[in-house]
Amino acid sequence: MDDARPLIEVENLRLSLPDLAGKPLIGPAPKLEILKGLSFAIPRGAVLGIVGGSGSGKSTLGRALIRLLEPSGGAIRFDGQDITHLPEADLRPLRRRMQMIFQDPLSSLNPRRRVGGIIAGPLRLHGFDAIDRRVDAALDHVGLPRSFRGRYPHELSGGQRQRVGIARAIALRPDFILADEIVSGLDVSSQAQVLNLLEGLVADLGLTLAFISHDLSVIRRLCRNVLVLHRGEIAEHAPTAQVFAAPRAAYTRELLDAIPLPDPDQPWA
Amino acid sequence: MLDGRGAIRRRAGARLWLSGGWLLLLVTVALFAPLVAPQDPLAQDLMSGRLPPFWSAQAEPGFWLGTDSLGRDVLSRVIWGARVALTVACIAGPLTALIGGALGLIAGFYRGWADRIISRLVDIWMAFPPVLFSILLIAVLGTGLTSIILAIVVIDWTRFARVVRAEAMNQGAMDYVAAAQVAGFSRLRTMTAEILPNVLPTLVALLSLEMGISVIVEAILSFVNLSLSTDAPTWGGMIAEGRTSIHQAWWVLAFPLVALFLTVLSFSQFGEGLKDRFDPVLR
Repeated sequence: MDDARPLIEVENLRLSLPDLAGKPLIGPAPKLEILKGLSFAIPRGAVLGIVGGSGSGKSTLGRALIRLLEPSGGAIRFDGQDITHLPEADLRPLRRRMQMIFQDPLSSLNPRRRVGGIIAGPLRLHGFDAIDRRVDAALDHVGLPRSFRGRYPHELSGGQRQRVGIARAIALRPDFILADEIVSGLDVSSQAQVLNLLEGLVADLGLTLAFISHDLSVIRRLCRNVLVLHRGEIAEHAPTAQVFAAPRAAYTRELLDAIPLPDPDQPWA
Repeated sequence: MLDGRGAIRRRAGARLWLSGGWLLLLVTVALFAPLVAPQDPLAQDLMSGRLPPFWSAQAEPGFWLGTDSLGRDVLSRVIWGARVALTVACIAGPLTALIGGALGLIAGFYRGWADRIISRLVDIWMAFPPVLFSILLIAVLGTGLTSIILAIVVIDWTRFARVVRAEAMNQGAMDYVAAAQVAGFSRLRTMTAEILPNVLPTLVALLSLEMGISVIVEAILSFVNLSLSTDAPTWGGMIAEGRTSIHQAWWVLAFPLVALFLTVLSFSQFGEGLKDRFDPVLR
């Protein structure tokens, strides 16, 4: 393995989806270009923040990176291998190495499967041994009691569900994890706990992480570099500190201004 | 903890036990009909025709629910009729669920051309009036138990296909399906191991309804004399015969009707009760 090479390289990535709202009565729906030629790289062990307003294409970008969506142009290379148009069957061995944590933990956990089964399923598929031990270890890692193996997702709190989602992803020992707005559905204290947990896991397991959020203050805590997306294009790609200190793009400044500052002494006027 | 769950459990319990109790009783007497039935259901005795039920002064011992105009024992015929009704329900119901459910699952999960073909087929099917369709089918297939079952399956699979398709589409949009793809599971495995368990409660509820409907369809077809041979005891046939003498002997019509009503009601309530009792996701 060539350690100097970035784990993920994206080159002139384009992605179009059918625009169902504009579909004519007869014939196929027109294509709507969501991603308009993005190029960037994620080095091994890095945490990249991907930020943007709604409709900026950040979730689409995330889903393209782990090939839940197929790009319409450009290239994505994972560990040097071109995965841009790889068919699902050929992607399967790579699936273990790139995992995803979803925005809505309730929807992303099968309601009729117990926590133990949810974590063990992918392990079994990829031929791991000592599955019981690995499930326990994953639960330990995310700070859930081992007794939760027997619980159903609806019996857990929002924060606990998100921890199960994280446990499922890290149990496979992936190289890359995509976290798509994983704290936006949680209350503030669960948010802080989940972010702390993720921070620790990235350091412990040497993960490469892409962290999608609409909230720059969350990105600031977690990510060294940040990619600002605006209408399917990269508005800014720079170290987080630099973006906060001296944003270059006008759009980034707008996003920064949208962060509520905790200053109780500010007068109401 | 004091909340509404206890009340739901209790009500579900009563529903399950009452309906389950009736169905169990029915299955038992149907299985052991030769032992349980007090009389031969086909034995005619014109001298003891239209005997009233046991509480009447003119009743004769041994004929608990009276006799019809040909002197056949009503109770014995209801018991033997349960055999026919349950056979149809227990074969036609699951078979319909299997075929309709599988097609609906495939259409709703895979979408694309499979969905287009199956959905158009359902649309075409639903445009036929079901009763006429079944009479037409019986006319082609000939009468008999197999024909009735076949007619029910051929007509009613659309009921399952439509509902299961919609439910599979709902489930398919959930993130746990995307999570299965991220994990590397195949589409087929995702459909059978992730979607199916979530569609199953709906399928079971529909199946129990369908078993009740099968009983009704069998009764309708015997009512219009398109089921078994005319003297074979069926609830529908008894109701048809009882109708002609309702003013002289109401019991000939009433008892098979009550049996039919309780059975159809029990099937649907049993399904609901099962869902409330055993679905891990209490909704």
